[in-house]
Amino acid sequence: MSALLSARGLRLAFGGVRAADGIDLDVMEREFLAIIGPNGAGKTTFINMTTGHLRPQAGSITYRGVELLGRKPRDIVRMGVARSFQLPQLFTEHTVLENATLAIAAREGGWASLRPLLRPAWREEAAELLGRFGLASALHRRADALNEGTRKLADIAMAVALRPRLLLMDEPTSGVAAADKMAVVETLARVLRDEGVTAVFVEHDMDVVARIADRVAVWGQGKIAALGPPRQILSDPIVLRDVIGIPVGEAADAVP
Amino acid sequence: MSARNEFLLGLLGAALLVLLALSAPWLRFVLTVALAKGLAVLGILLLLRAGQVSFGHALFVALAAYAAAFLAPLLPEVALLLPAAALVAALGGLVAGLFVMRYRDIFFGMLNLALSMVFYSLLEKLYGLTHGTDGIRLPLPRVLGLTLEGAAYEWVLFALALSFAFGFAALVRLWLAAPLGQALSGIKTREARLEFMGVPARRVLLAAYILSALMAGCGGALVALTSRHVTPALAYWTASGELVFIAILGGAGSVLGAFLGAVVYELTRVYAAATIADAWQLILGTVLLLVILFAPGGLVGMLRGLLHRRPTPAKAGERPA
Repeated sequence: MSALLSARGLRLAFGGVRAADGIDLDVMEREFLAIIGPNGAGKTTFINMTTGHLRPQAGSITYRGVELLGRKPRDIVRMGVARSFQLPQLFTEHTVLENATLAIAAREGGWASLRPLLRPAWREEAAELLGRFGLASALHRRADALNEGTRKLADIAMAVALRPRLLLMDEPTSGVAAADKMAVVETLARVLRDEGVTAVFVEHDMDVVARIADRVAVWGQGKIAALGPPRQILSDPIVLRDVIGIPVGEAADAVP
Repeated sequence: MSARNEFLLGLLGAALLVLLALSAPWLRFVLTVALAKGLAVLGILLLLRAGQVSFGHALFVALAAYAAAFLAPLLPEVALLLPAAALVAALGGLVAGLFVMRYRDIFFGMLNLALSMVFYSLLEKLYGLTHGTDGIRLPLPRVLGLTLEGAAYEWVLFALALSFAFGFAALVRLWLAAPLGQALSGIKTREARLEFMGVPARRVLLAAYILSALMAGCGGALVALTSRHVTPALAYWTASGELVFIAILGGAGSVLGAFLGAVVYELTRVYAAATIADAWQLILGTVLLLVILFAPGGLVGMLRGLLHRRPTPAKAGERPA
């Protein structure tokens, strides 16, 4: 396996807050890398820097050997790096099907054509993809009429519809009802593995991390405090204390 | 409204207009101007899809009208003057658009207004070139080489206005259903997402803006050729406001709204001005207030409400096009 994405020496401070304070990270081809850490540690900032939304003050991020910094979000997407959002960013006056079809249109181009957006081929592809996310019953509902969990899935489905090679997800399971969470995560992981997508995701639910992550990076105050396979990281008492908030003494009992 | 229904309603409307123009010859002029304004309003409706209101689109009407006035002595042929003038407006749309695209909402609206007022001032002050508020008279142009007088010339322009109305309404309908138009409504709700999908949102809006300028230009050229007299008043802010007024009156839900609104507006204006000369704006103001309060879908929304009152269960849940 080779590194698909390499970050080196990323630094970015907002006033006195160090959102990135020397981040070095390699994301390997086809791995699922979870980013965990307390609020304000700079997890979302890393996604924002990678996708061109924020420009670090120092450092570099290369994707397949090409520097990403200084490129516009839309150019980075076209290189194969897509993202989903903590707060779903859907076109609220469009249906779920139209949202996903717009993503397919964005991928396929051909903007000068006056053929309808909902042309059979795109429509079928969008319906099939949404079906795999368990959204078959929501296809024709307007995005602003959905519950949070459904919106979240539709948001991720739109990013997947772009057929990225690397997908960055900001808290993919927040807002999904606890009872549905594992089913959703399993579905998501299956779709991404089927498509051969490398995934980086920020996550607060350690059960989700344990279930699908190949590696876990622990963020703390703009630095990577620990990096390794979930079994090792999630049984590290310091991580448990600082990230999950379990006192050191009880940590040994908390994780089997 | 389905494409077929809208097309049939459009045909019905066109037939009514032809009947009106036949029954009262002086209405030919009024209806041609109404259809010409409808073309500009169609551009306003297109930009409304992106949530943007231009308070300065009379700029492109006036740009094309003056282009027609300046070119008329050199090119006294309708078949050349009309496209040339519309093209000037589209180019103006490209230049203004590149600048205006950087702004949204109130800034978008006000910048358009500012540009149109700059143009108005130039038309008014550059007396040597434009004859100021006196305006410019156009010589009677030929039509495909023929010299037509009076009624024949008026009929030609009326027919041209009607054909442009049909053609552009069909184009805008296709545009709105195509990715370009759907992304345009995406600008209204989630512009940032477009960028994160790799879609250059500004170019999507710019394309619509240029089309709106082209349609306003066709309208402006038709107004100039019909009235054969152009004045700076064409670019004044009230002329732009009128276009937005008509857009709301007609309703944003359908391309028919632009023309229905424009025809009702012009007829109301003509009759109200004839009966109560000083208070016709009062009537229009009251009408607008009533439309906003009780029929937010505009005249087209009211029409659709009437049509849907019939029992047509198959059409239930259909989304407005």
